[in-house]
Amino acid sequence: MSIATPFRYAPLLILFLAWEAATTFGLISTQMLPHLTTVIATWWELMAGGELPSQAYRSLSRSFAGLGAAVFFGILIGVTMAGSRAFRLVANPIVQAFYPMPKSALIPVVMIWFGLGDMSKISLIFLGCMLPVVISSYNGARGVNPFFIWSAKSLGASNAAVAVQVVLPGAMPEILNGVRTALAFSFILMVSSELVIARDGLGYLISTFGESGSYPAMFAVILTVAALGFIADRTYSAFMRYVLRWRES
Amino acid sequence: MSRTRELSVDPVTSSDAARAQDETRRARLRSGKVTDFAIQASVLISIGLIWEIASRGGFVHPFLLPPLSEALMRLVSNAITGTLFIDLGLTLYRAVTGFAISAAIAVPLGVLMARSAPVRWFFDPLVSIGFPMPKIAFLPIFILWLDIYDTAKITMVAFSCFFVIVSASYAGTLAVDRWQVWSARSFGASERQVLTEIVLPMALPQILTGFQIALPVAMITTIVTEMLMGGRGIGGAMITAGRFADSVGVFSGIIAIALLGFAVIRTLEMIRRRILVWHAEARS
Repeated sequence: MSIATPFRYAPLLILFLAWEAATTFGLISTQMLPHLTTVIATWWELMAGGELPSQAYRSLSRSFAGLGAAVFFGILIGVTMAGSRAFRLVANPIVQAFYPMPKSALIPVVMIWFGLGDMSKISLIFLGCMLPVVISSYNGARGVNPFFIWSAKSLGASNAAVAVQVVLPGAMPEILNGVRTALAFSFILMVSSELVIARDGLGYLISTFGESGSYPAMFAVILTVAALGFIADRTYSAFMRYVLRWRES
Repeated sequence: MSRTRELSVDPVTSSDAARAQDETRRARLRSGKVTDFAIQASVLISIGLIWEIASRGGFVHPFLLPPLSEALMRLVSNAITGTLFIDLGLTLYRAVTGFAISAAIAVPLGVLMARSAPVRWFFDPLVSIGFPMPKIAFLPIFILWLDIYDTAKITMVAFSCFFVIVSASYAGTLAVDRWQVWSARSFGASERQVLTEIVLPMALPQILTGFQIALPVAMITTIVTEMLMGGRGIGGAMITAGRFADSVGVFSGIIAIALLGFAVIRTLEMIRRRILVWHAEARS
Protein backbone atom coordinates (compact mmCIF):
# COMPACT_ATOMS: atom_id res chain seq x y z
CA MET A 1 0.00 0.00 0.00
CA SER A 2 1.67 3.14 -1.21
CA ILE A 3 1.00 6.82 -0.58
CA ALA A 4 -1.10 6.86 -3.72
CA THR A 5 -3.61 4.29 -2.44
CA PRO A 6 -5.86 6.69 -0.47
CA PHE A 7 -5.90 9.00 -3.50
CA ARG A 8 -6.78 6.09 -5.76
CA TYR A 9 -9.73 5.03 -3.63
CA ALA A 10 -10.89 8.60 -2.89
CA PRO A 11 -13.91 8.29 -5.24
CA LEU A 12 -15.27 5.68 -2.83
CA LEU A 13 -15.01 8.19 -0.03
CA ILE A 14 -16.83 10.72 -2.19
CA LEU A 15 -19.58 8.18 -2.76
CA PHE A 16 -19.92 7.49 0.98
CA LEU A 17 -20.02 11.21 1.76
CA ALA A 18 -22.68 11.69 -0.91
CA TRP A 19 -24.67 8.86 0.69
CA GLU A 20 -24.54 10.45 4.13
CA ALA A 21 -25.33 13.90 2.72
CA ALA A 22 -28.32 12.66 0.72
CA THR A 23 -29.93 11.11 3.77
CA THR A 24 -29.02 13.85 6.23
CA PHE A 25 -30.41 16.59 4.02
CA GLY A 26 -33.56 14.60 3.35
CA LEU A 27 -32.96 14.14 -0.38
CA ILE A 28 -33.65 10.44 0.03
CA SER A 29 -35.96 9.10 2.70
CA THR A 30 -34.30 7.01 5.36
CA GLN A 31 -36.92 4.33 4.75
CA MET A 32 -35.29 3.63 1.41
CA LEU A 33 -31.69 4.41 2.26
CA PRO A 34 -30.74 4.40 5.94
CA HIS A 35 -28.06 6.79 7.15
CA LEU A 36 -24.58 5.48 6.50
CA THR A 37 -23.87 6.05 10.18
CA THR A 38 -26.88 3.94 11.18
CA VAL A 39 -25.72 1.14 8.88
CA ILE A 40 -22.23 1.26 10.34
CA ALA A 41 -23.60 1.25 13.89
CA THR A 42 -25.85 -1.72 13.11
CA TRP A 43 -22.93 -3.52 11.49
CA TRP A 44 -20.91 -3.06 14.64
CA GLU A 45 -23.78 -4.40 16.74
CA LEU A 46 -24.05 -7.48 14.55
CA MET A 47 -20.31 -8.08 14.77
CA ALA A 48 -20.13 -7.58 18.49
CA GLY A 49 -23.21 -9.76 19.09
CA GLY A 50 -21.51 -12.56 17.21
CA GLU A 51 -24.36 -13.04 14.78
CA LEU A 52 -22.51 -11.78 11.73
CA PRO A 53 -19.29 -13.74 12.33
CA SER A 54 -21.11 -17.01 13.00
CA GLN A 55 -23.34 -16.75 9.94
CA ALA A 56 -20.38 -15.67 7.85
CA TYR A 57 -18.50 -18.72 9.07
CA ARG A 58 -21.37 -21.00 8.03
CA SER A 59 -21.63 -19.45 4.57
CA LEU A 60 -17.93 -19.30 3.88
CA SER A 61 -17.20 -22.80 5.15
CA ARG A 62 -19.85 -24.19 2.78
CA SER A 63 -18.60 -22.27 -0.21
CA PHE A 64 -14.95 -23.12 0.43
CA ALA A 65 -15.83 -26.78 0.79
CA GLY A 66 -17.62 -26.73 -2.55
CA LEU A 67 -14.89 -24.62 -4.15
CA GLY A 68 -12.09 -26.84 -2.84
CA ALA A 69 -13.71 -29.98 -4.20
CA ALA A 70 -14.41 -28.22 -7.51
CA VAL A 71 -10.79 -27.09 -7.87
CA PHE A 72 -9.37 -30.51 -6.99
CA PHE A 73 -11.61 -32.52 -9.31
CA GLY A 74 -11.60 -29.80 -11.97
CA ILE A 75 -7.82 -29.79 -12.30
CA LEU A 76 -7.77 -33.59 -12.29
CA ILE A 77 -10.39 -33.82 -15.05
CA GLY A 78 -8.98 -30.98 -17.14
CA VAL A 79 -5.39 -32.24 -17.14
CA THR A 80 -6.51 -35.81 -17.85
CA MET A 81 -8.62 -34.52 -20.74
CA ALA A 82 -5.52 -32.88 -22.21
CA GLY A 83 -3.45 -36.01 -21.79
CA SER A 84 -5.75 -38.77 -22.95
CA ARG A 85 -7.75 -38.65 -26.18
CA ALA A 86 -10.09 -41.39 -24.99
CA PHE A 87 -10.94 -39.52 -21.80
CA ARG A 88 -11.37 -36.28 -23.71
CA LEU A 89 -13.85 -37.82 -26.13
CA VAL A 90 -15.98 -38.95 -23.20
CA ALA A 91 -15.67 -35.83 -21.06
CA ASN A 92 -15.77 -33.13 -23.73
CA PRO A 93 -19.43 -33.46 -24.77
CA ILE A 94 -20.48 -33.29 -21.13
CA VAL A 95 -18.44 -30.12 -20.61
CA GLN A 96 -19.81 -28.56 -23.81
CA ALA A 97 -23.37 -29.44 -22.82
CA PHE A 98 -23.02 -27.79 -19.40
CA TYR A 99 -21.21 -24.71 -20.67
CA PRO A 100 -24.17 -22.65 -21.91
CA MET A 101 -26.33 -23.59 -18.95
CA PRO A 102 -26.54 -21.02 -16.16
CA LYS A 103 -25.51 -23.01 -13.10
CA SER A 104 -27.97 -21.12 -10.90
CA ALA A 105 -30.66 -23.00 -12.82
CA LEU A 106 -29.59 -25.98 -10.73
CA ILE A 107 -30.88 -24.34 -7.52
CA PRO A 108 -34.32 -26.00 -7.72
CA VAL A 109 -32.65 -29.31 -8.57
CA VAL A 110 -30.39 -29.36 -5.53
CA MET A 111 -33.34 -28.19 -3.48
CA ILE A 112 -35.21 -31.34 -4.57
CA TRP A 113 -32.20 -33.56 -3.96
CA PHE A 114 -30.83 -32.22 -0.69
CA GLY A 115 -33.47 -30.00 0.82
CA LEU A 116 -32.58 -26.81 2.62
CA GLY A 117 -29.48 -27.97 4.43
CA ASP A 118 -25.75 -27.62 3.87
CA MET A 119 -25.36 -30.32 1.22
CA SER A 120 -27.56 -28.49 -1.29
CA LYS A 121 -25.35 -25.41 -1.25
CA ILE A 122 -22.07 -27.33 -1.22
CA SER A 123 -23.14 -29.45 -4.18
CA LEU A 124 -24.41 -26.41 -6.10
CA ILE A 125 -21.13 -24.56 -5.63
CA PHE A 126 -19.21 -27.73 -6.49
CA LEU A 127 -21.11 -28.19 -9.76
CA GLY A 128 -21.06 -24.51 -10.66
CA CYS A 129 -17.36 -23.92 -10.01
CA MET A 130 -16.07 -27.06 -11.71
CA LEU A 131 -16.57 -25.80 -15.25
CA PRO A 132 -14.17 -22.80 -15.32
CA VAL A 133 -11.50 -24.91 -13.59
CA VAL A 134 -11.92 -27.83 -16.02
CA ILE A 135 -11.81 -25.58 -19.08
CA SER A 136 -8.80 -23.58 -17.94
CA SER A 137 -6.89 -26.68 -16.80
CA TYR A 138 -7.58 -28.32 -20.14
CA ASN A 139 -6.41 -25.27 -22.10
CA GLY A 140 -3.42 -24.75 -19.85
CA ALA A 141 -2.30 -28.36 -20.04
CA ARG A 142 -2.77 -28.40 -23.80
CA GLY A 143 -0.60 -25.32 -24.13
CA VAL A 144 2.45 -26.79 -22.39
CA ASN A 145 5.42 -26.83 -24.73
CA PRO A 146 5.65 -30.42 -26.04
CA PHE A 147 9.45 -30.19 -26.08
CA PHE A 148 9.44 -30.02 -22.28
CA ILE A 149 7.33 -33.15 -22.10
CA TRP A 150 9.56 -35.00 -24.57
CA SER A 151 12.69 -33.89 -22.69
CA ALA A 152 11.31 -35.23 -19.44
CA LYS A 153 10.29 -38.51 -21.06
CA SER A 154 13.68 -38.92 -22.71
CA LEU A 155 15.23 -38.54 -19.27
CA GLY A 156 13.11 -41.46 -18.12
CA ALA A 157 10.21 -39.73 -16.38
CA SER A 158 7.05 -41.77 -15.93
CA ASN A 159 3.71 -40.41 -17.15
CA ALA A 160 2.73 -39.46 -13.63
CA ALA A 161 6.00 -37.60 -13.05
CA VAL A 162 5.56 -35.75 -16.32
CA ALA A 163 2.05 -34.75 -15.34
CA VAL A 164 3.01 -33.47 -11.91
CA GLN A 165 6.40 -31.93 -12.58
CA VAL A 166 6.08 -30.63 -16.14
CA VAL A 167 2.45 -30.23 -17.17
CA LEU A 168 1.05 -28.89 -13.90
CA PRO A 169 3.58 -26.09 -13.38
CA GLY A 170 3.39 -25.19 -17.07
CA ALA A 171 -0.38 -24.98 -16.97
CA MET A 172 -0.38 -23.15 -13.61
CA PRO A 173 -1.00 -19.58 -14.88
CA GLU A 174 -4.11 -20.60 -16.74
CA ILE A 175 -5.31 -22.91 -13.99
CA LEU A 176 -4.92 -20.12 -11.43
CA ASN A 177 -6.94 -17.77 -13.65
CA GLY A 178 -9.67 -20.37 -13.93
CA VAL A 179 -9.71 -20.76 -10.16
CA ARG A 180 -10.08 -16.99 -9.81
CA THR A 181 -13.20 -17.13 -11.99
CA ALA A 182 -14.42 -20.08 -9.94
CA LEU A 183 -13.87 -18.05 -6.75
CA ALA A 184 -16.13 -15.28 -8.07
CA PHE A 185 -18.71 -17.89 -9.11
CA SER A 186 -18.61 -19.46 -5.66
CA PHE A 187 -19.58 -16.15 -4.04
CA ILE A 188 -22.37 -15.56 -6.54
CA LEU A 189 -23.76 -19.07 -6.12
CA MET A 190 -23.41 -18.84 -2.34
CA VAL A 191 -25.45 -15.65 -2.16
CA SER A 192 -28.02 -16.75 -4.78
CA SER A 193 -28.67 -20.11 -3.19
CA GLU A 194 -28.85 -18.69 0.32
CA LEU A 195 -31.32 -16.01 -0.73
CA VAL A 196 -33.60 -18.71 -2.15
CA ILE A 197 -33.13 -21.84 -0.03
CA ALA A 198 -31.51 -21.60 3.35
CA ARG A 199 -31.87 -21.91 7.09
CA ASP A 200 -28.71 -20.04 7.99
CA GLY A 201 -25.88 -18.11 6.43
CA LEU A 202 -25.34 -14.59 5.14
CA GLY A 203 -27.92 -14.75 2.34
CA TYR A 204 -30.46 -16.04 4.82
CA LEU A 205 -29.66 -13.08 7.10
CA ILE A 206 -30.19 -10.68 4.19
CA SER A 207 -33.58 -12.09 3.28
CA THR A 208 -34.75 -12.29 6.91
CA PHE A 209 -33.74 -8.71 7.65
CA GLY A 210 -35.36 -7.61 4.40
CA GLU A 211 -38.61 -9.36 5.13
CA SER A 212 -38.81 -8.06 8.68
CA GLY A 213 -38.08 -4.50 7.60
CA SER A 214 -34.78 -4.10 9.45
CA TYR A 215 -33.21 -2.28 6.55
CA PRO A 216 -30.08 -0.92 8.26
CA ALA A 217 -29.14 -4.47 9.22
CA MET A 218 -29.94 -5.68 5.70
CA PHE A 219 -27.68 -3.00 4.20
CA ALA A 220 -24.96 -3.85 6.68
CA VAL A 221 -24.93 -7.54 5.74
CA ILE A 222 -25.11 -6.79 1.99
CA LEU A 223 -22.11 -4.47 2.22
CA THR A 224 -20.27 -7.11 4.26
CA VAL A 225 -20.91 -9.72 1.56
CA ALA A 226 -19.73 -7.33 -1.16
CA ALA A 227 -16.61 -6.52 0.83
CA LEU A 228 -15.91 -10.23 1.42
CA GLY A 229 -16.10 -10.93 -2.29
CA PHE A 230 -13.75 -8.07 -3.00
CA ILE A 231 -11.26 -9.04 -0.28
CA ALA A 232 -11.29 -12.68 -1.38
CA ASP A 233 -10.50 -11.69 -4.96
CA ARG A 234 -7.69 -9.33 -3.96
CA THR A 235 -6.17 -11.86 -1.56
CA TYR A 236 -6.32 -14.55 -4.20
CA SER A 237 -4.62 -12.25 -6.75
CA ALA A 238 -1.78 -11.66 -4.31
CA PHE A 239 -1.55 -15.43 -3.76
CA MET A 240 -1.46 -15.93 -7.53
CA ARG A 241 1.40 -13.46 -7.90
CA TYR A 242 3.29 -15.27 -5.13
CA VAL A 243 2.84 -18.72 -6.70
CA LEU A 244 3.86 -17.48 -10.13
CA ARG A 245 6.84 -15.47 -8.94
CA TRP A 246 9.25 -17.87 -10.67
CA ARG A 247 7.97 -16.79 -14.07
CA GLU A 248 9.79 -14.04 -15.93
CA SER A 249 6.70 -12.07 -16.95
CA MET B 1 -7.63 -30.13 -85.17
CA SER B 2 -5.02 -29.64 -82.45
CA ARG B 3 -6.38 -26.11 -81.80
CA THR B 4 -9.93 -27.35 -81.03
CA ARG B 5 -8.54 -30.00 -78.67
CA GLU B 6 -6.71 -27.27 -76.72
CA LEU B 7 -9.84 -25.11 -76.44
CA SER B 8 -12.22 -27.85 -75.25
CA VAL B 9 -12.67 -28.75 -71.55
CA ASP B 10 -9.88 -31.11 -70.69
CA PRO B 11 -11.35 -34.35 -69.27
CA VAL B 12 -8.08 -35.01 -67.44
CA THR B 13 -8.32 -31.78 -65.32
CA SER B 14 -11.95 -32.36 -64.27
CA SER B 15 -11.23 -35.85 -62.98
CA ASP B 16 -8.22 -34.34 -61.18
CA ALA B 17 -10.63 -32.10 -59.29
CA ALA B 18 -12.84 -35.05 -58.40
CA ARG B 19 -9.81 -37.01 -57.21
CA ALA B 20 -8.71 -34.04 -55.09
CA GLN B 21 -12.15 -33.94 -53.43
CA ASP B 22 -11.93 -37.67 -52.67
CA GLU B 23 -8.49 -37.16 -51.14
CA THR B 24 -9.77 -34.42 -48.80
CA ARG B 25 -12.69 -36.58 -47.73
CA ARG B 26 -10.45 -39.53 -47.03
CA ALA B 27 -7.93 -37.32 -45.26
CA ARG B 28 -10.66 -36.00 -43.00
CA LEU B 29 -11.74 -39.53 -42.11
CA ARG B 30 -8.14 -40.52 -41.48
CA SER B 31 -7.52 -37.52 -39.20
CA GLY B 32 -10.44 -38.83 -37.18
CA LYS B 33 -12.61 -35.72 -37.25
CA VAL B 34 -15.69 -37.63 -38.28
CA THR B 35 -15.04 -40.44 -35.81
CA ASP B 36 -14.41 -37.87 -33.06
CA PHE B 37 -17.78 -36.30 -33.69
CA ALA B 38 -19.48 -39.68 -33.85
CA ILE B 39 -17.92 -40.79 -30.54
CA GLN B 40 -18.87 -37.57 -28.78
CA ALA B 41 -22.42 -37.70 -30.06
CA SER B 42 -22.73 -41.30 -28.92
CA VAL B 43 -21.43 -40.32 -25.47
CA LEU B 44 -24.29 -37.84 -25.10
CA ILE B 45 -26.79 -40.39 -26.41
CA SER B 46 -25.57 -43.06 -23.99
CA ILE B 47 -25.80 -40.62 -21.07
CA GLY B 48 -29.37 -39.95 -22.12
CA LEU B 49 -30.03 -43.69 -22.21
CA ILE B 50 -28.40 -44.24 -18.81
CA TRP B 51 -30.55 -41.45 -17.38
CA GLU B 52 -33.70 -43.02 -18.79
CA ILE B 53 -32.85 -46.54 -17.63
CA ALA B 54 -31.68 -45.42 -14.18
CA SER B 55 -34.90 -43.57 -13.60
CA ARG B 56 -37.42 -45.98 -15.09
CA GLY B 57 -35.58 -49.02 -13.71
CA GLY B 58 -35.84 -47.60 -10.22
CA PHE B 59 -32.06 -47.41 -9.58
CA VAL B 60 -32.56 -43.76 -8.76
CA HIS B 61 -35.82 -42.69 -7.17
CA PRO B 62 -37.98 -41.27 -9.98
CA PHE B 63 -38.74 -38.24 -7.82
CA LEU B 64 -35.07 -37.28 -7.58
CA LEU B 65 -34.40 -37.98 -11.24
CA PRO B 66 -37.51 -38.26 -13.38
CA PRO B 67 -37.13 -40.10 -16.68
CA LEU B 68 -35.66 -38.05 -19.49
CA SER B 69 -38.60 -38.97 -21.70
CA GLU B 70 -41.07 -37.50 -19.19
CA ALA B 71 -39.10 -34.28 -18.94
CA LEU B 72 -38.99 -34.02 -22.73
CA MET B 73 -42.71 -34.75 -23.00
CA ARG B 74 -43.44 -32.02 -20.45
CA LEU B 75 -41.27 -29.67 -22.49
CA VAL B 76 -43.20 -30.46 -25.66
CA SER B 77 -46.59 -30.09 -23.97
CA ASN B 78 -45.50 -26.74 -22.53
CA ALA B 79 -44.44 -25.69 -26.00
CA ILE B 80 -47.81 -26.70 -27.41
CA THR B 81 -49.80 -24.81 -24.77
CA GLY B 82 -47.47 -21.87 -25.24
CA THR B 83 -46.41 -21.52 -21.60
CA LEU B 84 -42.85 -22.47 -22.56
CA PHE B 85 -42.63 -19.61 -25.02
CA ILE B 86 -44.24 -17.15 -22.61
CA ASP B 87 -41.73 -18.08 -19.91
CA LEU B 88 -38.66 -18.15 -22.16
CA GLY B 89 -39.82 -14.98 -23.87
CA LEU B 90 -40.26 -13.17 -20.55
CA THR B 91 -36.83 -14.25 -19.34
CA LEU B 92 -35.22 -13.30 -22.63
CA TYR B 93 -37.00 -9.93 -22.63
CA ARG B 94 -35.77 -9.09 -19.14
CA ALA B 95 -32.23 -10.24 -19.87
CA VAL B 96 -31.92 -8.41 -23.18
CA THR B 97 -33.52 -5.20 -21.90
CA GLY B 98 -31.24 -5.09 -18.85
CA PHE B 99 -28.26 -5.88 -21.07
CA ALA B 100 -29.18 -3.17 -23.60
CA ILE B 101 -29.65 -0.50 -20.92
CA SER B 102 -26.36 -1.50 -19.36
CA ALA B 103 -24.52 -1.44 -22.70
CA ALA B 104 -25.95 1.97 -23.60
CA ILE B 105 -24.40 3.44 -20.44
CA ALA B 106 -21.34 1.24 -20.05
CA VAL B 107 -19.83 1.45 -23.55
CA PRO B 108 -19.69 5.28 -23.65
CA LEU B 109 -18.42 5.29 -20.08
CA GLY B 110 -15.66 2.78 -20.87
CA VAL B 111 -14.58 4.70 -23.95
CA LEU B 112 -14.65 7.96 -21.99
CA MET B 113 -12.59 6.38 -19.20
CA ALA B 114 -9.89 5.44 -21.68
CA ARG B 115 -9.75 8.92 -23.17
CA SER B 116 -10.14 11.19 -20.15
CA ALA B 117 -7.95 10.99 -17.06
CA PRO B 118 -10.36 12.59 -14.55
CA VAL B 119 -13.18 10.26 -15.58
CA ARG B 120 -10.82 7.34 -15.24
CA TRP B 121 -9.67 8.47 -11.78
CA PHE B 122 -13.24 8.67 -10.54
CA PHE B 123 -14.62 5.43 -11.93
CA ASP B 124 -11.61 3.12 -11.84
CA PRO B 125 -11.84 2.18 -8.15
CA LEU B 126 -15.63 1.82 -8.40
CA VAL B 127 -15.31 -0.57 -11.34
CA SER B 128 -12.43 -2.57 -9.91
CA ILE B 129 -14.24 -2.98 -6.60
CA GLY B 130 -17.54 -3.76 -8.26
CA PHE B 131 -16.11 -6.42 -10.54
CA PRO B 132 -15.40 -9.23 -8.05
CA MET B 133 -18.40 -8.41 -5.85
CA PRO B 134 -21.31 -10.85 -5.85
CA LYS B 135 -23.67 -8.26 -7.27
CA ILE B 136 -26.71 -10.44 -6.72
CA ALA B 137 -26.40 -9.50 -3.04
CA PHE B 138 -27.75 -6.07 -3.97
CA LEU B 139 -31.05 -7.48 -5.22
CA PRO B 140 -32.94 -6.89 -1.94
CA ILE B 141 -31.88 -3.23 -2.13
CA PHE B 142 -33.25 -2.91 -5.65
CA ILE B 143 -36.50 -4.57 -4.58
CA LEU B 144 -36.74 -2.07 -1.73
CA TRP B 145 -36.10 0.90 -3.99
CA LEU B 146 -38.07 -0.08 -7.04
CA ASP B 147 -40.86 -2.62 -7.05
CA ILE B 148 -41.51 -6.32 -6.96
CA TYR B 149 -42.09 -6.65 -10.67
CA ASP B 150 -39.96 -6.18 -13.74
CA THR B 151 -38.22 -2.89 -12.92
CA ALA B 152 -36.18 -4.37 -10.10
CA LYS B 153 -35.25 -7.42 -12.18
CA ILE B 154 -34.13 -5.38 -15.18
CA THR B 155 -32.17 -2.97 -12.99
CA MET B 156 -30.44 -5.89 -11.29
CA VAL B 157 -29.50 -7.35 -14.67
CA ALA B 158 -28.20 -3.97 -15.87
CA PHE B 159 -26.14 -3.58 -12.68
CA SER B 160 -24.59 -7.03 -13.12
CA CYS B 161 -23.63 -6.53 -16.77
CA PHE B 162 -22.36 -3.02 -16.24
CA PHE B 163 -18.91 -3.81 -14.89
CA VAL B 164 -18.03 -6.40 -17.52
CA ILE B 165 -19.00 -4.09 -20.38
CA VAL B 166 -17.18 -1.08 -18.90
CA SER B 167 -13.98 -3.10 -18.46
CA ALA B 168 -14.14 -4.50 -21.98
CA SER B 169 -14.86 -1.11 -23.58
CA TYR B 170 -12.10 0.52 -21.53
CA ALA B 171 -9.55 -2.15 -22.46
CA GLY B 172 -10.59 -2.12 -26.12
CA THR B 173 -10.32 1.64 -26.47
CA LEU B 174 -7.01 1.73 -24.64
CA ALA B 175 -5.53 -0.85 -27.00
CA VAL B 176 -6.23 1.15 -30.14
CA ASP B 177 -3.05 1.51 -32.18
CA ARG B 178 -1.69 5.05 -31.82
CA TRP B 179 -0.15 4.96 -35.29
CA GLN B 180 -3.55 4.58 -36.87
CA VAL B 181 -4.84 7.57 -34.91
CA TRP B 182 -1.83 9.72 -35.83
CA SER B 183 -2.10 8.65 -39.43
CA ALA B 184 -5.73 9.74 -39.55
CA ARG B 185 -4.93 13.06 -37.88
CA SER B 186 -2.14 13.73 -40.37
CA PHE B 187 -4.74 13.34 -43.10
CA GLY B 188 -6.73 16.13 -41.51
CA ALA B 189 -9.39 14.08 -39.74
CA SER B 190 -11.29 15.95 -37.04
CA GLU B 191 -11.35 14.52 -33.49
CA ARG B 192 -14.92 13.38 -34.06
CA GLN B 193 -13.90 11.53 -37.22
CA VAL B 194 -10.99 9.94 -35.42
CA LEU B 195 -13.39 8.73 -32.75
CA THR B 196 -16.07 7.33 -35.01
CA GLU B 197 -13.94 5.98 -37.81
CA ILE B 198 -10.75 4.81 -36.10
CA VAL B 199 -11.11 4.38 -32.35
CA LEU B 200 -14.56 2.83 -32.12
CA PRO B 201 -14.14 0.29 -34.95
CA MET B 202 -10.74 -0.75 -33.59
CA ALA B 203 -12.15 -1.17 -30.10
CA LEU B 204 -15.12 -3.11 -31.43
CA PRO B 205 -13.68 -6.67 -31.16
CA GLN B 206 -13.03 -6.30 -27.44
CA ILE B 207 -16.33 -4.55 -26.86
CA LEU B 208 -18.08 -7.43 -28.60
CA THR B 209 -16.18 -9.90 -26.45
CA GLY B 210 -17.47 -8.00 -23.45
CA PHE B 211 -20.99 -8.37 -24.86
CA GLN B 212 -20.44 -12.09 -25.36
CA ILE B 213 -19.57 -12.44 -21.68
CA ALA B 214 -22.22 -10.01 -20.47
CA LEU B 215 -25.27 -11.53 -22.18
CA PRO B 216 -24.92 -14.95 -20.48
CA VAL B 217 -24.32 -13.06 -17.22
CA ALA B 218 -27.56 -11.19 -17.91
CA MET B 219 -29.38 -14.46 -18.42
CA ILE B 220 -27.99 -16.02 -15.24
CA THR B 221 -28.93 -12.92 -13.24
CA THR B 222 -32.42 -12.85 -14.74
CA ILE B 223 -33.01 -16.48 -13.84
CA VAL B 224 -31.78 -16.02 -10.28
CA THR B 225 -33.86 -12.87 -9.74
CA GLU B 226 -36.90 -14.71 -11.10
CA MET B 227 -36.25 -17.56 -8.69
CA LEU B 228 -36.05 -15.10 -5.83
CA MET B 229 -39.07 -13.06 -6.75
CA GLY B 230 -41.33 -15.74 -8.17
CA GLY B 231 -43.92 -15.13 -10.82
CA ARG B 232 -43.52 -16.02 -14.45
CA GLY B 233 -40.38 -16.49 -16.46
CA ILE B 234 -38.37 -19.67 -16.69
CA GLY B 235 -36.67 -19.10 -13.31
CA GLY B 236 -39.96 -18.40 -11.59
CA ALA B 237 -41.59 -21.43 -13.21
CA MET B 238 -38.74 -23.68 -12.07
CA ILE B 239 -38.77 -22.53 -8.46
CA THR B 240 -42.56 -22.88 -8.34
CA ALA B 241 -42.17 -26.42 -9.67
CA GLY B 242 -39.52 -27.04 -7.01
CA ARG B 243 -41.75 -25.81 -4.22
CA PHE B 244 -44.64 -27.96 -5.44
CA ALA B 245 -42.31 -30.98 -5.61
CA ASP B 246 -42.91 -31.18 -9.37
CA SER B 247 -39.53 -32.63 -10.28
CA VAL B 248 -40.54 -33.27 -13.90
CA GLY B 249 -41.21 -29.54 -14.21
CA VAL B 250 -37.83 -28.71 -12.70
CA PHE B 251 -35.94 -30.95 -15.11
CA SER B 252 -37.88 -29.83 -18.15
CA GLY B 253 -37.01 -26.27 -17.11
CA ILE B 254 -33.33 -27.17 -16.99
CA ILE B 255 -33.45 -28.59 -20.50
CA ALA B 256 -35.27 -25.46 -21.70
CA ILE B 257 -32.65 -23.20 -20.11
CA ALA B 258 -29.79 -25.23 -21.55
CA LEU B 259 -31.33 -24.96 -25.03
CA LEU B 260 -31.91 -21.22 -24.59
CA GLY B 261 -28.35 -20.66 -23.40
CA PHE B 262 -26.98 -22.67 -26.31
CA ALA B 263 -29.09 -20.68 -28.79
CA VAL B 264 -28.02 -17.35 -27.31
CA ILE B 265 -24.32 -18.19 -27.40
CA ARG B 266 -24.47 -19.45 -30.99
CA THR B 267 -26.44 -16.38 -32.09
CA LEU B 268 -23.86 -14.07 -30.52
CA GLU B 269 -21.04 -15.90 -32.31
CA MET B 270 -22.87 -15.54 -35.61
CA ILE B 271 -23.52 -11.83 -35.02
CA ARG B 272 -19.88 -11.32 -34.11
CA ARG B 273 -18.72 -12.98 -37.33
CA ARG B 274 -21.06 -10.78 -39.37
CA ILE B 275 -20.10 -7.52 -37.70
CA LEU B 276 -16.37 -8.22 -37.67
CA VAL B 277 -16.21 -9.57 -41.22
CA TRP B 278 -13.82 -6.74 -42.10
CA HIS B 279 -11.45 -7.49 -39.24
CA ALA B 280 -8.23 -9.50 -39.40
CA GLU B 281 -9.60 -12.09 -37.00
CA ALA B 282 -12.18 -13.15 -39.59
CA ARG B 283 -9.42 -14.26 -41.91
CA SER B 284 -7.67 -16.49 -39.38
